Amino acid sequence: MSFDLLETLRGGHESTLNDIIGYTASLALLGRTLKYLAVTPLLPIFVALYYGESTLPFLITSGVMIGLGVTLERLQSDPDLGHREAFLFVSMTWFVVPLVGMIPYLIAGQGTVAHPVNALFESMSGFTTTGSTVLGEISFARHSRSILMWRQLTQWLGGMGILVLMVAILPELSVGGAQVIREESPGLSIDKLTPRIQDTARALWGIYAAFTLGAVVVYYGLHLAGVAPNMDFYNAVAHALTTLPTGGFSPEARSVEAFSPIIQWAVILFMVVAGTNFALFWYVSKGEPRRLTRNAEFRSYLLVMGAVSGLFTLLLFYGVGLAEVPTNIAPLSGDIENALRQAVFQTVAIVTTTGYASMDFNTWDQSAQLALLFAMFFGGSAGSAAGSVKIIRWYLIRKAMSREVFKSVHPEAVRPIRVSDDVADDDAVSSVFVFVMIFICIFAVSSVLIYLDGLRVGLELSAIEAVSASIATLGNVGPGVGIVGPMNNFERFSSATKLYMVFLMWIGRLEILSVLVVLSPSYWRR
Amino acid sequence: MRILIVGAGEVGSNIASNLAGTHEVTMIDRDPERIEELTYSLDVLAKEGDGTSLRTLEEAGLEQTDLLIASTDVDESNLAICGTAKTVSDPFTIARVKNADLLRTWERSRRAFSVDFMVCSTLLTANEAVQVVGLPLSTDVDRFANGLVQMAEFELVEDSPLVGQTVGEADRVESLTFASILRDGEVLIPRGETTFTSDDKVVVIGSPEGVRQFSLRVIPDETPSETENVFVVGASEIGVHVARQLQDRGVDVRLIEQDSERADEVAEMLSETIVLNNDATDTEFLEQENFGKADAVITTLDNDQKNLLVALLAKRLGVKRAISVMESEEYRDLFNEVGVDVTINPQIVTGEEIARFTREQIAEKLSFIEDSRAEVFEIEIDPESVLAGRPVEESIADLPASVVIGAIARDDRMITPRGDTVIEAGDHVILFTDDEVSEEVLSKV
Repeated sequence: MSFDLLETLRGGHESTLNDIIGYTASLALLGRTLKYLAVTPLLPIFVALYYGESTLPFLITSGVMIGLGVTLERLQSDPDLGHREAFLFVSMTWFVVPLVGMIPYLIAGQGTVAHPVNALFESMSGFTTTGSTVLGEISFARHSRSILMWRQLTQWLGGMGILVLMVAILPELSVGGAQVIREESPGLSIDKLTPRIQDTARALWGIYAAFTLGAVVVYYGLHLAGVAPNMDFYNAVAHALTTLPTGGFSPEARSVEAFSPIIQWAVILFMVVAGTNFALFWYVSKGEPRRLTRNAEFRSYLLVMGAVSGLFTLLLFYGVGLAEVPTNIAPLSGDIENALRQAVFQTVAIVTTTGYASMDFNTWDQSAQLALLFAMFFGGSAGSAAGSVKIIRWYLIRKAMSREVFKSVHPEAVRPIRVSDDVADDDAVSSVFVFVMIFICIFAVSSVLIYLDGLRVGLELSAIEAVSASIATLGNVGPGVGIVGPMNNFERFSSATKLYMVFLMWIGRLEILSVLVVLSPSYWRR
Repeated sequence: MRILIVGAGEVGSNIASNLAGTHEVTMIDRDPERIEELTYSLDVLAKEGDGTSLRTLEEAGLEQTDLLIASTDVDESNLAICGTAKTVSDPFTIARVKNADLLRTWERSRRAFSVDFMVCSTLLTANEAVQVVGLPLSTDVDRFANGLVQMAEFELVEDSPLVGQTVGEADRVESLTFASILRDGEVLIPRGETTFTSDDKVVVIGSPEGVRQFSLRVIPDETPSETENVFVVGASEIGVHVARQLQDRGVDVRLIEQDSERADEVAEMLSETIVLNNDATDTEFLEQENFGKADAVITTLDNDQKNLLVALLAKRLGVKRAISVMESEEYRDLFNEVGVDVTINPQIVTGEEIARFTREQIAEKLSFIEDSRAEVFEIEIDPESVLAGRPVEESIADLPASVVIGAIARDDRMITPRGDTVIEAGDHVILFTDDEVSEEVLSKV
């Protein structure tokens, strides 16, 4: 500040763009991030070696990450991450990493993702944990197991956040780290759990990794116990890697429908975990379970899922929610366990924005589909891996609304908005309204654009299909209804629409504002 | 170590930024905006709340806290915070106070108010100002090894005789070591052939007499070597401390205070000081009092704009040295730019004193140079140290290049280190290091 002041007094000097935004610092840190990510293709390499497939796609990807990383790193030896640079760093990383992450699809050249636009879509959908796919035919005949494992891994890396991982590893992010995590993680603010941000990032990734490992053990354990025939070790790992990040990719063409009821219940459990604020688990591990059970957002989250599941259970049990009888699963009407399981599974998968399906909900009646569509707007908890609006924002909006009502009756009343034991200040509440407004505007405009582009290329879309495709990508949910239903895919859209959806997934993952800041002209001026 | 800092003002933040790299720091403040800002600007855990409430302290992890620093703006709150903390837990408590009477009370028993260490910001600042006045052209002075060794920083003005000389030529004072030269923000380690240029800041370590002699060589010829005639402007607490200390040293002190009641009150307290009740920006009055002939002017007004104005006026009227005690750190460069010779910020002085005390478990005393870019510290040598039992020229090769051994204190004597000096276990060594390697040096030494 004092330096700026003196410069101003002296009459200022010619300022370059790099003085305003230290983009070389952001690029150098991006380089370092890529360099560290170069170890991640090791997992598919092991898979490839085990199944005798080509390791070339991953070796090249790793090479590109190292090459690009080292080149960018040279731009600035000791990058200093300021407030403005953090925005650029986060937005750029979330664009460049999926761009590099599409290389395996291109080199492997298998199926529809050999096309660059499709490969980028699949990669962005992976890292942003959306789960929308353009894979035409999902089978081991068409795609190698290593490529499909890479697809699962991209979701796992994106779930807790690439940059949270970097903060956990890189000591130079100790000061800018808190802001980087705030821009990357969903929610209103960050929960610093420890004095050092690095320890917080490590704790979050540790909990995330522990639950992932837990999911592998449970899935594969059920297989070994003989109650989950299809859940071999490959599938157990593959599904654990996309359950915890609320991703939704599956190497099975019929998603979780391919597995036994007990597996579906287990997946429900881990999806609920994945949609919860991971900071709360940290408190539980510190012997404060009440921080979880008394948390207002966690309670609302369970309440919302309970209510929506209850509605669907009734609709499915009495058969009124079905337009046609699904052929691949046991009859629903009259079977309470089946109806309950299908209702809960679909609800949890949608509310947490995971996007798995245990049945094709394209067979549901329009009324039930519409209800499911609305459920896509809920989103999971702040500080989780879930996308969309997030429960905490709806909770605050509900509280603000009831305060307005109360105040019209008692104009003099002073009534703070309480969340658990804390009071939310009015700035926080108004920023929630702004976020939701922007989210809904972008959603509405995108629905129209997707519909119009469908008309242009002669793709017959119904209104509800266009709307669902819009929220499925912006909210990082994954599947929509109709042609983008859980057992279908996004491949039939034009390249223009797909690239637009890549944009939607990108801004959706970073909760829009982080990207909007970087895209605004004022950001690039002094 | 887990450190809890209550009060995230300039002092608290300064301490935190000094300690966050090596310790786990949690901060408490009542201002939510301040907390929000700190969360993203420092690697600390910042919590909103009132530090005098036990619940807040416990939520911030009081039980695991090893050291509690109370640095709010209110003295009484700081004492209450330390007292509150001690009721349930036993961290080491440090309180910052402004009122010197509280310090005197505490010094009686060293346990009073449940405070384990008390720092009086006004007294500290006054001490610093008085030390700087005592050494012409110095901008920073610190004492080590019970006053046996002194460190001083000098800023070379254009007409200083030293400018143009090499270090080898200048090194004619016994018992003195050149620790470093700060040039354009870079820390240079002086070699024999290094030439001094104007605007260099030179850090020397040596006996007080050596430092004094050196200061005579630094100043331009026409500058008087003794400070005999000083004006203090503003009878704030700091101003009164400064005036009292200077008058006790036999310096001719005049204190200007605008408020007549305060002027009366101060005149009763200070017997040897001439108290003048007038506005210090009244040029006619200043001329009449020969303000321009003073050896030094120290401004201790409660408002930085006025401090700047009076200091500027002093320089314009011909005062040799203008020293300003100022509150806003961001204006420091501005003060220096327009010709104020020395600026002293009470917040920074206090913050450094507390940080220094905290780090004294390893280093006994510590001094920060140029916003912590370099450090001078005193350390007692144990037999395991790389320095112990070897000539300096041998052992220095095992330390990073940017380390200078400034002085050695042994049995109440100061020894100036030369290449063949052998350091013994039990010696106190005063070291200068670049900030980046200080941790490494500490571990080896």
